[in-house]
Amino acid sequence: MLSTWLTTQTINIIDSVDDWKQAIRLSAVPLLEEGIISPDYIQAIYHLHEKIGPYYVLAPGIAMPHARPEEGVNQLGLSMLLVKNGVKFNSIENDPVYLITLLAAPDSSSHLQMLTELAELFSASDEMQKIFKAQTVDDILTVVKQY
Amino acid sequence: MKIMAVCGSGLGSSFMVEMNIKKVLKKLNIDAEVTHADLASAIPDEADLFVMTKDLAASSGIPSAKLIVLNNIIDINDLESKLAEYFKIN
Repeated sequence: MLSTWLTTQTINIIDSVDDWKQAIRLSAVPLLEEGIISPDYIQAIYHLHEKIGPYYVLAPGIAMPHARPEEGVNQLGLSMLLVKNGVKFNSIENDPVYLITLLAAPDSSSHLQMLTELAELFSASDEMQKIFKAQTVDDILTVVKQY
Repeated sequence: MKIMAVCGSGLGSSFMVEMNIKKVLKKLNIDAEVTHADLASAIPDEADLFVMTKDLAASSGIPSAKLIVLNNIIDINDLESKLAEYFKIN
């Protein structure tokens, strides 16, 4: 159940951000506050992006930033930030990004169920449109609870 | 036959691609071993076919004959048509 991880605490909505780095930083706040990740984890994502490009932009409008377990993950976790006006991640095909789903995996296997459910959600284009147009966190939760 | 899904860190998006490859292979009735890995582990000898996004393909060093490039990791229809085309030729 994605709603185990995505809750009123871990989902946020914002009108706009300055750039992709701010989008990632803001999406990480709920996980940082709970100690699920350390600030190093965000830096690791920035570094890898600067080295090889926006490897975590999955599809039009959807990003799933993540780094390696050893780069600052303490526990399994997930957070979501909707940026209503969109933000550019320098992805040729998939900008602008509206939904940033930050993934924290403490090892190479414990997140597989979560990823399976996320992949189902991301593949459901009608449901994703509802998330992109959400006005409140509850609007997003209503969709998330189906997965 | 070994197929490797590749992403930047080797545990997020590449795993999603691996799941989709397995679904498509089942539909196409093709047997293959499917794994996922990070870009650094993706060297030409490691697999017969590599699947990755356009963002990574340029810096991967994988010859184009062994490479399927995706624009959209979620789009299973795009993956299916590209895999079907690959297996028609190979």
